Amino acid sequence: MLDNLTSRLSGVIKNLRGQARLSETNIQDALREVRLALLEADVALPVVKQFIGQVKEAALGQEVIGSLSPGQAFIGVVHRELTKLMGEENAGLNFNTVPPAVILMAGLQGAGKTTTTGKLAKLLRDQQKKKVLLVSCDVYRPAAIEQLRTLGLQLEIDFFPSDLSQKPVDIARAAHDWARRHYHDVLIVDTAGRLAIDEAMMDEIKQLHAAMKPIETLFVVDAMTGQDAVNTAKAFGEALPLTGVVLTKLDGDARGGAALSVRHVTGKPIKFVGVSEKMTGLEAFHPDRMAQRVLGMGDVLSLIEEAQREVDVEEAQKLAKKVQSGKGFDLNDFKMQIVQMRKMGGMSAMMDKLPAQLSQAAAGAKVDDKAINRIEGIINSMTPLERAKPELIKASRKRRIAMGAGVQVMHVNQLLSQFEQTQKMMKMFSKGGIAKMMRGMKGMMPGMR
Amino acid sequence: MFGFLKKTLSGTPEKPANPGWLGKLKRGLARTGNQLVDLFGGGGKIDDELYEELETILITSDVGMDATRHLLADLRREVKEQRLTEASQMKEALAHCLMKLLKPLAELLDTGTHQPFVIMLCGVNGAGKTTSIGKLAKYFQGQGKSVLLAAGDTFRAAAREQLMTWGERNNVTVIAQQSGDAAAVIFDAVQAAQARKIDVVLADTAGRLTTQAHLMEEIKKVKRVIDKALPGAPHEVLLVLDANTGQNALSQTKAFDEALGVTGLVLTKLDGTAKGGVIAAIAKAHPIPVRFIGVGEGLDDLRPFVAEEFVSALLGFDEE
Repeated sequence: MLDNLTSRLSGVIKNLRGQARLSETNIQDALREVRLALLEADVALPVVKQFIGQVKEAALGQEVIGSLSPGQAFIGVVHRELTKLMGEENAGLNFNTVPPAVILMAGLQGAGKTTTTGKLAKLLRDQQKKKVLLVSCDVYRPAAIEQLRTLGLQLEIDFFPSDLSQKPVDIARAAHDWARRHYHDVLIVDTAGRLAIDEAMMDEIKQLHAAMKPIETLFVVDAMTGQDAVNTAKAFGEALPLTGVVLTKLDGDARGGAALSVRHVTGKPIKFVGVSEKMTGLEAFHPDRMAQRVLGMGDVLSLIEEAQREVDVEEAQKLAKKVQSGKGFDLNDFKMQIVQMRKMGGMSAMMDKLPAQLSQAAAGAKVDDKAINRIEGIINSMTPLERAKPELIKASRKRRIAMGAGVQVMHVNQLLSQFEQTQKMMKMFSKGGIAKMMRGMKGMMPGMR
Repeated sequence: MFGFLKKTLSGTPEKPANPGWLGKLKRGLARTGNQLVDLFGGGGKIDDELYEELETILITSDVGMDATRHLLADLRREVKEQRLTEASQMKEALAHCLMKLLKPLAELLDTGTHQPFVIMLCGVNGAGKTTSIGKLAKYFQGQGKSVLLAAGDTFRAAAREQLMTWGERNNVTVIAQQSGDAAAVIFDAVQAAQARKIDVVLADTAGRLTTQAHLMEEIKKVKRVIDKALPGAPHEVLLVLDANTGQNALSQTKAFDEALGVTGLVLTKLDGTAKGGVIAAIAKAHPIPVRFIGVGEGLDDLRPFVAEEFVSALLGFDEE
């Protein structure tokens, strides 16, 4: 996520490091690089221009004085301005109304409104204990209503049925009525995708808004959107009193510059980001963390939060105890680690959140979620006894395991030696603490020196 | 989507009832066009400022830094060679440069080479694959060909229903299964098409982001399985791109091409304010023929890509 922007800026900062101090000329080079990086990241040109102006002003001003190095000062300035541009702090949803609180979803075709509607409903139910009702006012796209109904079934969230012959406003009114009588806390209204220049469709959503008086009107936008993000966001912002933005498909390799453009144009906070195809893949947006990520500082906070949500605490504590004692760490625990990692979206999702230097170092290791699946397969092909006492596994057992897992004996050997090393590391950890362990890791992972 | 229904319901009285294909294309690209008309029509001389403004316009049309630089360098050379001095003369020169870049992409899709001719569609989520399939089916039917659709998007909720609803309305056979595997559904469809002597098979797949390694593996498998059902198939792998997409369209093209060997592109949603300038970026960095472009929600609004039309609509040339 925003990887390219990150590495690009890292390059700029490196160039600046050799300089004695910030001057009009050397900052010019850095600024040009920042401009180029932002444009390549699909940040809209007007936004880029203004941002560069702000950074320049701030960098040449007195804020630089007293800093340790020009490079640090420049990073500081870019980070501050970037955070400012993305909105100061994380803004949650507003439920301060007579229930049901209505949330209206709006956006272009294919932005991800219906999927986001499902994810948001799940998030509100699971994390905020809300009783949610879903309704679709998309009477245009074939099976759009069916799509939301299916999602509602999957997630076990109430769905208000509608059909193609009805008017969107009537559907929404009926759903609202039903939600009120059945004590729902939240009603999420999904709408058809529409172009901002389609006046008839924009009128329709304006009417929908007037009838429902939603407390939240969320603009759903695809993170891959290009320069046109400014025009679309502006048009939607003028037609509807938006209260927030949801940025979808941020798990692709899009550089995500649209985030900056939309935020700048609408002036509304980005409230959520879509980060995976799974229904759990909706996260609160943290502008400061995003800015840090852009600057290669990594998003360790999100990682920790995710771990808290997904990882089984009891299991983790049991494991921690074993690690501390340095005894009894067996293949069962090894597998448990893999399962927990998978819950957090696999290795590659986690790598995304690490600081640039770390993830670059680890990039050499070529994280392959497939290899991890293979390891799990091999362990699954072992008997419980073999898992507890891996030293039992000799040639004939290896052959059997390899057959069972559909791999070569070589792979079983690899796993066993990997496990042995981990076990050694665990022992070192329990005896000598982290410093010794880091030394032990040297040379074990390719790319780490 | 399929907004022809609502268009007829709501109506837009001030516009002509059928503005025609070129008109729609022009309207879709109007913003770029108008900007360029202003720029060239001003009657000024060719100077650095003009180039700079041109650069701005190209970048804001998603042409991207690399292709923009290339186009401007080419334009400067052309201006020098032809000794142009007036801003108004530069329009022709720019059209020429754009044509040089885009013309090689205009290759018509010929479905007459095989029977059935199997077309597999791929793309990221929300690019417009399923909607495009409907329009393509209509297009091929218009050519007198028989069409069969394979509901290969088994992942997204109700994607199958979306295609089946469409098929019912338009009298096109849709092969679908209650659950399961995209490859299996498409395998069945290809076999059914052989048995029924169908001309064109359009196979839908689930949208996927290129960073999802396992999903990219899955779609590779879909392609391999199609080849098993009918050796040599699919005969065309179409990548559907959303015109709203920025520079990421380029990495989508590269990633899908690497995985599947993409043989053609479909550029959708040009009817918004997006310009689809990213075609130029693709033409420069990773050229693949653009087979179709979509300029409206109507069924007839997906048409073969013609470089001349695209360039003249982009530059705001008069319709002739």
